[in-house]
Amino acid sequence: MDLTQILEIATCTDPGMVRSHNEDSIAADAANGLVVLADGMGGYNAGEVASGMATTVIVTEMRQILTGSKPYQVDAKTKEEIAPKIVREQVLKANTSIYQAAQTQPQYAGMGTTLVVCLYYDNRMLVAHLGDSRLYMLRDGKFKQVTRDHSLLQEQIDSGIITAEQAKKAAHKNLVTKALGIDPTVEPEIHEYPTKPGDIYLLCSDGLCDMVEDDDIGMTLQALGANLKLAAEQLVQMANDNGGRDNVSVILVRVLREYPGTKGMMGKVFGWLK
Amino acid sequence: MAKLILSMDGLVLKEIPLTKERTTLGRKPHNDIQIDNLAVSGEHAVIVTILNDSFLEDLGSTNGTVVNGNPVKKHFLQNNDVIELGKYKLKFIGEAAPAAGAGGDKADFEKTMVLRPSTMKAAAQAAAAAGGGAQAAVAARQAAVQAAGQSAAATGIADKDAAKAPAAAAAAPAAAPAPGAAPAAPAAKPSGQPLGAIQLLSGGNAGKELELTKPLTTLGKPGVQVAVLTRRPQGYFITHVEGAARPEVNGQQIGAAPHALKDHDVIELAGIKMEFFLKA
Repeated sequence: MDLTQILEIATCTDPGMVRSHNEDSIAADAANGLVVLADGMGGYNAGEVASGMATTVIVTEMRQILTGSKPYQVDAKTKEEIAPKIVREQVLKANTSIYQAAQTQPQYAGMGTTLVVCLYYDNRMLVAHLGDSRLYMLRDGKFKQVTRDHSLLQEQIDSGIITAEQAKKAAHKNLVTKALGIDPTVEPEIHEYPTKPGDIYLLCSDGLCDMVEDDDIGMTLQALGANLKLAAEQLVQMANDNGGRDNVSVILVRVLREYPGTKGMMGKVFGWLK
Repeated sequence: MAKLILSMDGLVLKEIPLTKERTTLGRKPHNDIQIDNLAVSGEHAVIVTILNDSFLEDLGSTNGTVVNGNPVKKHFLQNNDVIELGKYKLKFIGEAAPAAGAGGDKADFEKTMVLRPSTMKAAAQAAAAAGGGAQAAVAARQAAVQAAGQSAAATGIADKDAAKAPAAAAAAPAAAPAPGAAPAAPAAKPSGQPLGAIQLLSGGNAGKELELTKPLTTLGKPGVQVAVLTRRPQGYFITHVEGAARPEVNGQQIGAAPHALKDHDVIELAGIKMEFFLKA
């Protein structure tokens, strides 16, 4: 099912005001309902290599799989939908590619990347993430964070050492506890959420949420939601106006209308036959 | 390194650098900072230092711990916070920001880094071997997270693995001073710039004035014509958001790009005229 007419997607990425390289990488495939954002890390230019590999591997592999099958298909053996499985497998594939490159080529040693992947299908959204890149959602005027960072700071907040207020002032914002390509294997956090027409989803690297308050991000989406491209540019500009100390990337996805997976009775019958 | 300045009645008694992960305060002699005063409990409070952050915790003292005039149980210490214990005052001085010359290092430190399980275990063991004080009060999980933080400070690339790190509760005093990165300052608000406002010149609300205090203000009718006024450090800008026609500034239709507004520009939007001006 082609989602080009159902999902409106706008992207924007910028090196920021301080860094010379952009180590973030973004990719969007509206037809397959897939968006990927990665924030690379590692010396010299290895960060952008890692994030670039992550987005490329995931988008190409997913595209190939989705031409032959649907995410909501039920696997004959496990009796479960294949979406979480295929997303997980492609994330692991990207992990292996990055890890091996880092192992075999000295200039890439230690590189890795954070990741947020969203796959839209059947009026739902599957989110897989690693590290501190985030997914937010604006629905019915309410703006909230969907993913929970895999970061030292978040663990400290969870264990009650510090409060969310204190976290804003903490120095070690940059330490992530999970990332792609660092270890031979990795377990991405995967969740599924129902979507509603009118929802706006924001994927962003920490360059945005560290520089711009959540309230201001929400207000911008609400005010400029009618013009998604402008909203994306405005968010990047706000991060840069506030100092732009890191690369800033945003992907905005708006759900224009419903997109049920199976079409009526015939679809269901066909689904059973399979 | 962060430090405390102990004083009584405005008289500085001594300076205490916070070298240890846990610095205890109390009346009894085994405390790291002993304050021999009856208003101070035997074990009064503790300061836990993780990387560049220090947390003050009251240990159930009789007379309580006061920071900047407010009683606290747990407190994230900020530069220049004043802790009061009876007649004594302890001023907290945070880690100094690195010199501007060290900008490169600072940028490096701010870069996202991963905490790796493998190196972490080694670091935690090394730390334990180095003979760190046992951490009793804090749960093992927290300790592991702290240990991870410390190894992060020491090695630049550290990692976490709370579940696996055995006896990670034995966290060592910070091995090396953390690379002095200033805490990321909260987003700077455009300040010191004149406040802009618009006054409606036509329509039902003619004469009405609207101050542009927010980073962005939308104008117009949704679905018909909408423009946004953005407040940036370099001034105010108007940008077209939606609608077939773009807004006009001084009779000229603006382009797709943001248009900088000057004092007394006249904007026309959805059939309404308004004047933009800067307040003194």
